[in-house]
Amino acid sequence: MAVREANVRRVVTSDHVVGWAFASPAVLLIIVFGLVPIVWSALLSFQKTNLLSPPHWVGLANYRALPNDPLFEQAMVHSAIYTVLFVPFSVAGGLLTAVALNRPVRGIRIYRTAVFVPVVVSTIATVIIFLWVFDPNFGLANWLLGKVGLGPFAFFTSSNGALYSIVAMTVWGWIGFNVIVYLAALQGIPRELVEAAEIDGAGTWGIFRNVTIPLLGPVTLFLVVWSSINALQLFDEVYLATNGGPGTATYVPVFYLYKLAFQGGIAGYAAAIAYVLFAVILVLTIVQLLIGKRMVHYAP
Amino acid sequence: MSEIQTIELAARAAEEPTAEPKGGRFLFSSWHLVLIPIAVVMVIPLVWMVVTSLQTLEETRHYPPTLVPTSLQFRNYTDVLQQAPFARWFVNTLLVTLACVVGNLLFCSLAGYAFARIRFFGREVAFILILATLMVPFQVVIIPTFLIVRSFHLIDTLGALILPNLAGAFGIFMLRQFFRTLPVELEEAARIDGASRLGILFKIVLPLSGPALATLAVITFMWTWNDFLWPLITIYNSNNMTIQLGLATFQGAHQSNTNLLMAANVMSMLPVLLLFFFAQRYFIRGIATTGLKG
Repeated sequence: MAVREANVRRVVTSDHVVGWAFASPAVLLIIVFGLVPIVWSALLSFQKTNLLSPPHWVGLANYRALPNDPLFEQAMVHSAIYTVLFVPFSVAGGLLTAVALNRPVRGIRIYRTAVFVPVVVSTIATVIIFLWVFDPNFGLANWLLGKVGLGPFAFFTSSNGALYSIVAMTVWGWIGFNVIVYLAALQGIPRELVEAAEIDGAGTWGIFRNVTIPLLGPVTLFLVVWSSINALQLFDEVYLATNGGPGTATYVPVFYLYKLAFQGGIAGYAAAIAYVLFAVILVLTIVQLLIGKRMVHYAP
Repeated sequence: MSEIQTIELAARAAEEPTAEPKGGRFLFSSWHLVLIPIAVVMVIPLVWMVVTSLQTLEETRHYPPTLVPTSLQFRNYTDVLQQAPFARWFVNTLLVTLACVVGNLLFCSLAGYAFARIRFFGREVAFILILATLMVPFQVVIIPTFLIVRSFHLIDTLGALILPNLAGAFGIFMLRQFFRTLPVELEEAARIDGASRLGILFKIVLPLSGPALATLAVITFMWTWNDFLWPLITIYNSNNMTIQLGLATFQGAHQSNTNLLMAANVMSMLPVLLLFFFAQRYFIRGIATTGLKG
């Protein structure tokens, strides 16, 4: 009996040791580069620091200054406009594209690849391509729009159009992602449900409206939440395509906080912006999930 | 539907699309009228990039734009390689990417296995804390992360790009979920035969986890290769730049040489595009798993 108990204890102890030995490299990395920064970021937002000299505490001063900062307000407004356009276009567009790509037609593999490829193109590469496509003088976009009697547009170089040009560019780059997720979900819709609807006399549109869309509810909710989070974190495209301009026409929160912290030496204030942004993302996500919970019906 | 099922369906969707009709049936369907414009819009910017990269500067300054190349200026590519240290940037990016892929495979496998199979003190708390980091956008914590990396004296070295990205919550979570779907009996049998945990992980579990490991590798590759904000903040010297950062500086310096810029662009995306064409299934799986592009 005693021997057996000792064995059991040894096994149990060794599980603690082995478990931590296995987990600790990754856990350590995530603590140092994931958890510590979350707490530190909060502390920074109560400090005044330029990242070089020692910081000092300023209490809530950084947060108090935010409402009186016109650039911050602009950045938030631009971010809201961007999100309100980007999310519906990329999610609804992704759904419609996925439905079309789910049809058993000839060459479907080629169509799918065409839609997926932009997903793996980096943001820098995307921006370089679209600066050229949207070039006011030699660009493809103005030429094609001219054919249907529109334009010419200044795109990224126009204060009215720059933000919308970024929307168009990012929808091109991201839509394939939503299509992939929707395609996966469409494959999961039981064939019997569609067939039953057909027997009941439902047309293509009726099936789409009353069978497909409700069944895709959870996926749509996920994509809306996910796209919104990403839309609010917009940075690369702004930095590279417009550098916030013309003027401040495309300032968004992450771009502004990058400017403040890494070019302006105002890191405490930038950290406050980061935390406000985080709060906005969190609240928006919770609201979307709560609304979604009422609207989305999960399959039994 | 469980996660794993979703991933499997996604993988199948990519691999084996809704059975393509054989023979003469459906040779033309009205869906083509929808699909062709979509495909054209998605592909034309890329085609035009390639065409422009093969033109002379005069040809690029032509209106209306030419979509069919009139000459093939392959020297644009060699010119790019001579005008900027693209080879160096390639090597840097490859080093960083490989280090991150290997690091993630190793550390996330170890941790994922521990969280899936080994009962150890503090396991649940540690796992929840790891998941919590998934909820916080990187942009929110970028300033302190910079300070931490600076305190390790890694700023302006490749280490700044590697060390923080050697393991991630995403990889741990994904592998843990996958390991839990494997039958535990095999492992128990091996334990009775006296195999160590490490031996079980490397000889039994990992060989059964090919698809999950490939997915993690491909996604990590794409993330690291395409990352921009973090290199932008931590790397200053041209010798230490990654391809994305180098491309951005090249763009700043050659804004009017559109043909060279496009040639550089084509080269920068070749590795990821090649990987995409050969491992499309794992890209799709990875995206369907959580879907994280940036």
